[in-house]
Formats: sequence, C-alpha cells, structure tokens
Amino acid sequence: MLIQAIAFYFFATIVVASAVMVVMARNPVHSVLWLILAFFNAAGLMVLLGAEFIAMLLVIVYVGAVAVLFLFVVMMLDIDFAAMRAGFSRNAPLGLLIAAVLLAELLLGVGAYNAGGLTLGTPDGTATQAADVSNIEALGALLYGRYIILFEIAGIILLVAMIGAIVLTFQPPKPGARARQDVGKQIRRRPEDATVMKNPEIGQGIEL
Amino acid sequence: MDFAASFALVLPELVLTGTGLALLLVAAWGGDKAARQIAIAAAAALFVAGILIVPGLHFGTDGPATLAFGGLLKVDSYALFAKALIYLSAIAALMIAPPFFASPSAGTERGMRAEYPVLVLFAAVGMSLMVSANDFMSLYLGLELNSLSAYVLAAILRRDTRSGEAGLKYFVLGALASGILLYGMSLLYGFTGGTAFAAVRAGLTGEMGTGALFGVIFVLSGLAFKISAVPFHMWTPDVYEGAPTPVTAFFATAPKVAAVALTARVVFEVFGGQVTAWQQIVMFMALASIIFGALGAIGQENLKRLLAYSSINNIGFILLGLAVANADGASAMLVYLFIYVAMSIGCFVALLMLRDEEGNLYETFTDIRGLSVTQPAIAWALLIFMFSLAGIPPLLGFYAKFVVFQATIEAGLVAFGAIAIAASVIGAFYYIKFVKVMFFDEPVGVVTGKSEASHWTLLGLTALIISPLGYLLTPSLADLADKAAASLFLAV
Repeated sequence: MLIQAIAFYFFATIVVASAVMVVMARNPVHSVLWLILAFFNAAGLMVLLGAEFIAMLLVIVYVGAVAVLFLFVVMMLDIDFAAMRAGFSRNAPLGLLIAAVLLAELLLGVGAYNAGGLTLGTPDGTATQAADVSNIEALGALLYGRYIILFEIAGIILLVAMIGAIVLTFQPPKPGARARQDVGKQIRRRPEDATVMKNPEIGQGIEL
Repeated sequence: MDFAASFALVLPELVLTGTGLALLLVAAWGGDKAARQIAIAAAAALFVAGILIVPGLHFGTDGPATLAFGGLLKVDSYALFAKALIYLSAIAALMIAPPFFASPSAGTERGMRAEYPVLVLFAAVGMSLMVSANDFMSLYLGLELNSLSAYVLAAILRRDTRSGEAGLKYFVLGALASGILLYGMSLLYGFTGGTAFAAVRAGLTGEMGTGALFGVIFVLSGLAFKISAVPFHMWTPDVYEGAPTPVTAFFATAPKVAAVALTARVVFEVFGGQVTAWQQIVMFMALASIIFGALGAIGQENLKRLLAYSSINNIGFILLGLAVANADGASAMLVYLFIYVAMSIGCFVALLMLRDEEGNLYETFTDIRGLSVTQPAIAWALLIFMFSLAGIPPLLGFYAKFVVFQATIEAGLVAFGAIAIAASVIGAFYYIKFVKVMFFDEPVGVVTGKSEASHWTLLGLTALIISPLGYLLTPSLADLADKAAASLFLAV
C-alpha cells in the first residue's frame, strides 16, 4: 500500500507541476515538452488504477500523435505567441471564472453520485467485471469479436476521410512540367556540369 | 454468434465495400482517365447488390433470422425496401455524373474525378448500414460513413467556390448535428443502460425522466438535420445550390431515404413505448416543413434552390405519414418515399439537360423561358414532374399525397391533414409557375444543346413512372411497403 501511495503522490505531483509549467513556460516548444511529461505521468496514474489499456492509449495516442502534432504546429506555423499572451492579465479573471465553474461542476457531480440515487452504466448500477482477464484482453475480445463489424466500419470511415483529404487537396502535376525526381539524371550529373573554378584578380568582379 | 450467417446477411454491403476498395486501386493507377469505366463498374456493383436483396424483398423477411452480428444490424423487409431505393438512387447519381463533369460549367479540365464513383459507393454502404441499424453504435457509424462521403462529394469541384462553400457549410453544420445526435444517444445510454434499440426501448417504459426526454429530443433533432426537416433545414438551399448538380440529385434522394428510414425505425423501435413524447415533435416538424418548404420556394430564382425547398416540403409530407404512428402511416411514408425519389431524379436530370451547344449549364428561371418551343421533350417531362410534385391527378404524385392524407385522416388527425392540404395548395403556386414560364413566356433560346443518351433514358424512365402508367406499379408497391411497414412493427 505504501509503495502505491508513494507512487501515486510522485506521479500526481509531477502531473500537476508539469501542467502548471505548460501554462507558464515562455517558449511554446517547452510547453509542449512539459505537456508530454504530464501525459506520461497521467499514464502512470492510470496504471496504478489498473487501467493499463488507457495508460497505453495515453502514451501512444497523446504522446505519440497529439503532442507531436502540437510540436509541428508550434514549430511550423507562424504564430506570434507574444501577441497571444498579451491579454493574459486582462483575461485572467475570465479564465479563473471558467476554472471555478468547472471545479464546481466536478464537485457537484461527485457529490450527487455519492449521495446515491444516480445509477450509471447498467440499470442496477453494477458494471459486470470480467473475471481473470486483463482489461486489454477483455476489450480486445469485444472489439474483435462482438463488435467486429463496427470496428471494420470505423476502418472504412477513416479510409473515406483519407480519400477526402487527398481528393480535396492533391494538385496533380501539370502535364509537361515535371516536378518529379529523376534518380538516373541525378547520378549522371558530374561536378564539371555544375561547378566552375575561377581565380579572379583582386578588385575585379567575375562573369559567370 | 454465427459469423457465416451474419456475413451472408450483409452480403450486399460486402459486395459494395469490396468493389469500392478495388475501384480505389483502379483509380490510383488509372487516374481520372479511367473515371467513366470506374463509374460503370460502381453502378454494376450497386446493381448486383440490388439483385441480392430482391428475394428477401419479394418474399418478406423478419424475425430473429434477420439479426446480424448479435443484434447490431437487422436486415428485415423494411431495411431491404430502403436499400433498394438507395441503390437505385446511387445508380442514377452515377449515370448522370460523367456528362456534367465533362461540361465547361463544371470547370474541371479532366472531367470526372476517379474518386467520385468510389465515394458514392462508400456513401451507399453507409446508408445501407443506417437503414439496417439495430443499435445506436451501428446507427452512428453508418451515418458518419455516409455523411463523410457526402461532405467530400459536395466539395468535389475544387476550383468552384460555390462547391467549396457548400462542402464547408455542410461539413460544419453536419458535424454540429452529429454532435447533437451523439449527445442524445449518450443521454439515452446513460439513462437506460444500453445502446441496442431493444435495450433502450426496455429502459424507456413508463414515466420518462427529464434526462431521457432530452435524449429523445436530441436524437430527433440530430436526425431532423439529416433529413433537412424544419427547423433544421437552413443548410439545404445553400448546399443544394452550391454542390455539383449530380451530387445535389444524389443528396435529394439516397441520403434522404436512408435518414427518413432510420428516423422511422428509431421512433418506432426505440421510442415505440413513448408515442406521445415523439409524436408531437414529428408532427410539428412535418407541418413546419410543409409550410416553410412551400413559402420559402416562392421568389426563388435559382432552380436548384427551388428544388431544395421542394424537397423540404416533400419531407414534411413524408414525416406526416410517420407522425400518424401506425403501420398504415409507415406504409404511406414508404410509398411516398419511392415516388419522391422518382420525381427528384427526374427533376434533376431535366436540370442537367438544360445546356447550350458548348455544354454550359443553365439553372435559373430566366433561362427556361419558352422552353416548350426550343426543347419540347424536356419541357413536357418537366411539366409532368412539376404537376406531379404539386399533387395534381392523374399523375403519381397525387397518389403519394393521397395515401399519406388517407392515413392521417383515418388516424383521426383531421386538423393536421387539413393544414397540410392547405399548405400544399400554396406549394402548387411555384410548381405551376415553372410550367407557366416554360410554356407561356417568350422563348430566350439559350437551351440549345444536345444531351447524352443516359440522361434521356433516365428522364424517360422517371417520366414514365410518374405518368398515369405508374398506377400499374401501385399494387405491388403498396404490397412491398405494407410488408416493410409490418416488419417495422413486429417489435412493438
């Protein structure tokens, strides 16, 4: 129990601290790196709860895809972060208000659930626990067994999304204007085709 | 769960998906030059899928044998009826597309995109899944597969700003509607503890709590957006006007059929125990759609916008059949759907035939002045469609309205029927204006071009169905619709 408690406080402290750093860091790239740290530690918390599947999802989806996407956005788009931060003190009360509302909703929800009378999940309030199977196995059995058709449809939906993105953005090369790489041509090219040696007099320009 | 039996039940979808994937490869290697062949292959696949459902449709199927994948999908007569309509509409959308994309109005240099038929195929798969959904999860995935393909189809003319605008508007509003629908479904799941239709229905017995009622309303709102029923119709005229005309023809038919069929299944099989809760919502949407559809169309100059309002108006009549909340009403709704699809395809094909010698397309009232002199065949076909949409006997549109009103009156909803009839008289104004402009105005003579054989075939076929000869179809149509409606009420 003690080790669990220590691990919990360890992960939880780092999650909160790195979440604070996401907001406070001056360099947006550092913010994203702090975010990745927060995701990793949240995954640790999930493992402590016995939800190893969600822990894996956090690492693979959030760290692997979402955070990298953020990094791309931060590094490749020309966003003026100084201008974005200019209204920080002016908007701080609004932000605090929203945070307070969210906190109140959270407390209200937990309070209402603890007071009883609310049933979640199955009508009698008990979700069936799979015996002796890890939750990855249980999820896998459902996803690739009972819900296989839905899984496959989801795959087709992603395929259609990909087709759509390509159809709407792909610019086919103009006939005649070849923008493609010709490896043979590149290899055939010799230094003397591309470079010239000149030894100009001092103070004289050169003509190429 | 018996996988072999389940896969046998979804064989049409498997055929369509497999062909879609194979054609995608052909599109990748062949490029847009192969687009026409891909369209033909896609239409053939839809035809094969249609043939596969004929036995079930003819003999009628219902009961536990129609449940696939442990009750995620339900392939009963009702689903098959809707699928037949969907496949036919999709074939029409493929047939009319190549000449349109080759015309200078489309602004494409290389004609039809090779991905167009593939996207239509995947949309058809999504719609098939929608109409056979028996669980909120399969419902949502089917709906999204269809919607996502539709967003891309609306924006497929990249150089055309109107097409891009239509795609973006449809995408943003569609995503909002999906969110509302999903929120409603999660509320229902939270308060009933299941996503399967039967489980939700079992959880919705007796006095319904506020949370569950919100779930019902949100789900109905999300679905109302997909069928463009008032008050969730505002996107329709813009999207219909901006999207390429073959895509508009597709939007006006197949996805409407799928969404209406889905709505009917949800209200009967999920909310069937709470008729008073949903009946007033659906009745309001029906009457509001009829009235707003009729009023909004007055003063429209663009024919595609006008047809968009006309489709809102027609959806109102279809929902009126649904709001009756019995098997007669559902059967009338299905008959109306069939006739509506035929009329819509006919109208849009006629619009696509309004072209000059270079192939430029015309789509406003000024362009069709005196069409009866320059293009008498198109003008007469349009006359048939317009009179039929107005519900003037002896055309088939009259029969569609007649069965819906009959079901409404027999269920004792006389007042609502009377309002709908009054509004349909308002609607007749702009349908007849169409005819007046074509037959009595001075010819402007811009519509001079020749049309392709595929357009003439479809125009002739739909005109024939809508003409009084179509009444020969009505006994078998009514029989099929009755069977389909009956399988919908087995669960009740």
